Amino acid sequence: MDTSPVEKVADRTQPVFSARAITKTYQVGELEIHALRGVNLDLFKGEFMVLLGPSGSGKSTLLNILGGLDVPTAGQVNYLDHNLTAYSDSAMTLFRREHVGFVFQFYNLIPNLTARENVALITDITQDPMSPDEALEIVGLRDRINHFPAQLSGGEQQRVAVARAIAKRPDVLLCDEPTGALDSTTGIIVLEAIERVNRQLGTTTAVITHNAAIANMADRVVSMSGGEIAEIHINQNKRPAHEITW
Amino acid sequence: MKAIHIKLFRDIASLKGQAAAIGLVMACGVATFVMSLSLLDSLNGTLNTYYEQNRFAQVFAHLKRAPLNLNERIAQIPGVAHVQTRIVERITLDMPDLREPASGQIISLPPNPREGLNLLYLRAGRFPSGTRSREIMVSQRFAHSHRLEPGDSVQAIMNGRLETLRVVGIALSPEYIYLISPGSIFPDNKRYGIFWMARHEMEAAFDMKGAFNDVTLSLMPGTNESEVITRLDQLTEHYGGLGAYQRDDQLSHKFVANEIHGLRGMTIIVPIIFLGVAAFLLNIVIARIISTQREQIAVLKAMGYRNIEIGLHFYSFVMLITILAVIAGSLFGAWMGRSMTVLYTEYFDFPSLQYTLKPHVLLLGFLVSTASASLGVAHALRVAMRLPPAEAMRPQPPLSFRPTILERLGLHRIVPPPIRMILRQLERQPIKTGLSILGIALATAILVVGSFTQDAVDYFLDLQFNRIQQYDIDVVLAEQTNDTALSTIRHMPGVLAIEPYRSLAVRLRSGHIDRRTGVLGLTQSDGLFQLLSMDGRSITLPENGIILSTRLAEELHVRAGDSVTIDVLEGRRPSLSVQVSGLINDFSGLSAYMNLNRINKLMRQQHTIGGAFLLVDPAYVDALYEELHNTPRVAAVNVKSATEENFRKTIARNLGLVRPFLIGFSVIIAFSVIYNSARISLSERSRDLATLRVLGFTRREVSMIQLGELAILTTIAIPIGLALGHYLSWLTSKSSESELVRIPFIIEPSTFVQAAVIVALASVVSGLVVGRHLDKLDLISVLKSRE
Repeated sequence: MDTSPVEKVADRTQPVFSARAITKTYQVGELEIHALRGVNLDLFKGEFMVLLGPSGSGKSTLLNILGGLDVPTAGQVNYLDHNLTAYSDSAMTLFRREHVGFVFQFYNLIPNLTARENVALITDITQDPMSPDEALEIVGLRDRINHFPAQLSGGEQQRVAVARAIAKRPDVLLCDEPTGALDSTTGIIVLEAIERVNRQLGTTTAVITHNAAIANMADRVVSMSGGEIAEIHINQNKRPAHEITW
Repeated sequence: MKAIHIKLFRDIASLKGQAAAIGLVMACGVATFVMSLSLLDSLNGTLNTYYEQNRFAQVFAHLKRAPLNLNERIAQIPGVAHVQTRIVERITLDMPDLREPASGQIISLPPNPREGLNLLYLRAGRFPSGTRSREIMVSQRFAHSHRLEPGDSVQAIMNGRLETLRVVGIALSPEYIYLISPGSIFPDNKRYGIFWMARHEMEAAFDMKGAFNDVTLSLMPGTNESEVITRLDQLTEHYGGLGAYQRDDQLSHKFVANEIHGLRGMTIIVPIIFLGVAAFLLNIVIARIISTQREQIAVLKAMGYRNIEIGLHFYSFVMLITILAVIAGSLFGAWMGRSMTVLYTEYFDFPSLQYTLKPHVLLLGFLVSTASASLGVAHALRVAMRLPPAEAMRPQPPLSFRPTILERLGLHRIVPPPIRMILRQLERQPIKTGLSILGIALATAILVVGSFTQDAVDYFLDLQFNRIQQYDIDVVLAEQTNDTALSTIRHMPGVLAIEPYRSLAVRLRSGHIDRRTGVLGLTQSDGLFQLLSMDGRSITLPENGIILSTRLAEELHVRAGDSVTIDVLEGRRPSLSVQVSGLINDFSGLSAYMNLNRINKLMRQQHTIGGAFLLVDPAYVDALYEELHNTPRVAAVNVKSATEENFRKTIARNLGLVRPFLIGFSVIIAFSVIYNSARISLSERSRDLATLRVLGFTRREVSMIQLGELAILTTIAIPIGLALGHYLSWLTSKSSESELVRIPFIIEPSTFVQAAVIVALASVVSGLVVGRHLDKLDLISVLKSRE
């Protein structure tokens, strides 16, 4: 097992993201929802972090805020030494374009584009990306590049989504329930792809899940509940994806 | 190609039916725009060039007889650039291919016919030579309809004498682009023509040596026309001047200008309807695409696509449809414009009416379509651009439904659940529902307006030829003559009834406003000429007062009961104030009617007539024409049935040509609106419908829910469309009102029925097309796919 990321975590000198006193409330109809209540969190370079928690605990909201998809109601988020919270909408877009790769629970592939075209969607707009074929190679879909999403299994679709996220060589890969819609066998294949990216490319990775088993492959496990961080646990016994079962 | 562009093309391909339907509507708008604007250009360009090159005069005046030296005094009027005096007289012709006599005007040509004003355009042959006698030139249409060619001879009565004239040339004149005989309602090329002859011969034939009876002027730039006219009137008054008028009042020019005016209206109104409907359809389609692609938009944004790139992506979709529609519409518009040019050459006589399609017309067509399409989708695009990526990633909140008005009224128990589904859907999106209804209503309205012109023409024909003109023949006499002519004609073979009339050139005045027109003196002894309003109401001819056409009264700002001053422009030129006894809302011109006896008393000419209406026994028509031919005083014989036939043939054919387009256009609108509404609601509802199928609803029951919505939309829209069509027809009737023509506001019930049926059929057809998609509903995948 490659232990270098763990060393970086242990080092803890270089947070890629640091979130301070983040709160987020939003209105749904008459209801005011407090999604985050003063969260402080750092995400360190090269680490593999798992955000664990039941649905509604605020983990997606936190991930969206870190990735520049959403803005906090209060608090500050720094990316390296940039204050993300001060960014304009277009600066935020540029930030996402250059630095962040996303993987979502429902893959969110464009249905009328092939696997390669879905990846090309990103490589078209970023500087110095890998080729779509290369990205698909990493997730093990070399032979499926010309298939449309509807011709791929759920696991394959999610791996296309991972390829799409990493093709730009992002500084950080944010995955929101990447295995949520998959059975365990295909889920693990997807996790292996993410793990490979983290290890081979050294991409800082955060994975959201409510599946505690996945926490086993993390350097650090952050547990959330009720919009707050309940616990941060450094995983001394990190295990590769293929050893995980649920 | 970039992946995002591949997505664009595949999106369009998957919506090709809807895109094509919208493109078609837009193309219709572009086509009408390009057609009318290019026609306007062509007509204006041709007209201006023709007028300029052939030096069409700017002021015109006719008088009884003036010495040639008046010429110099006219030339001294400030602002006058060129004076051309001439002799213009009536001529009657005996054409071998015509039973009744033909008539026309014969105009003197200056010694050098290539100088002066109103230059002729020589189509064939040559100008009359100065030395050889009895040479004439003939206006092109008259020559064509009688197959006259240079070298042919015609028999004519000039100044009461029978002459043999030799045709040496065929010509066109800027004065007679539209040729219609005075008092006529429609051109008749076979029975009315213009002829030209060398001046010295005209002088001899009409005893006009050293004199003239007609003058035309060109003016220096910046000259005040009305001042020149006043001065000219003062000069010609002692010589029987009938009142000078400017180019705007010149008959041929008035008709051409009227057409140009109509085209200008068409350039604006029709394209607005089409492009408006297309913009609305684009709006609902793009809004729907954006709503179904919410998550795709979100993911693109999450990956770093800028808002503007997202906006442009969907805007490209719109622009692609627009560009294709503009290309198709421009091609179609150019074709229609070219065809219309051919149609115009049937009415208007230009040396050549070249159809020109200038690049700026196409550019303007593109800009107008782009602007309307952009306006239509602006809101939807803004929604897509503003969509926050994180929010778009969450599923859309459930649509909020409220009890409909039916339920609020407590009527829901009698409405079965499927109908309730439909009503709630319609009520949830009131704007979309409203605009869909408006779109279908517009299609219905276009059909009503399209048929309305036919109804109006039919009504006009019936009223004009069966009820107003109860005579068969109108005999025009050369001069105002003693009514002994009346008894001569009365005793001609086949004459069953005769009613004399007399027309008088007058200027009607009220306050500072005046209009030059003619007053028709009638007797109404045998009821051969009825004074009927457009609505068929009969107007009684007063003993002393005057009846004015509503239009004339409006121009003079007088009402029934007011007084107007009549300045007679003939004879002893008396003036008198008479009461307006009534108004007649008639079809054309600025007419005025008085009692014949009253006119004769005013003119101090007892028993004088200018012509007579005849009722004839068809068995003796040939004999009657023969007699009329040989009566020197007969200037023209207008045969009602010939005019009617001519009118019907030309108008009916033209309406017949336009009608398929109107029907096509409205079917396209109706179909596009209904088809798009249906496709959109199918896409919004396919999950619900599939769920119902899974729950055990039959295909038929599910179809009912889907197609029921169309039925409801169409059912609501049709009556609105009929009302709208009624209103638009009224507007057309109102806006077409000019000095020349008024279209009666008449719509037959069958027109409404036909419009409703056509729209209903278009609805059924689009229902069937959408129904096919419904049958293809894939139950499992619809239920599995996440909205």
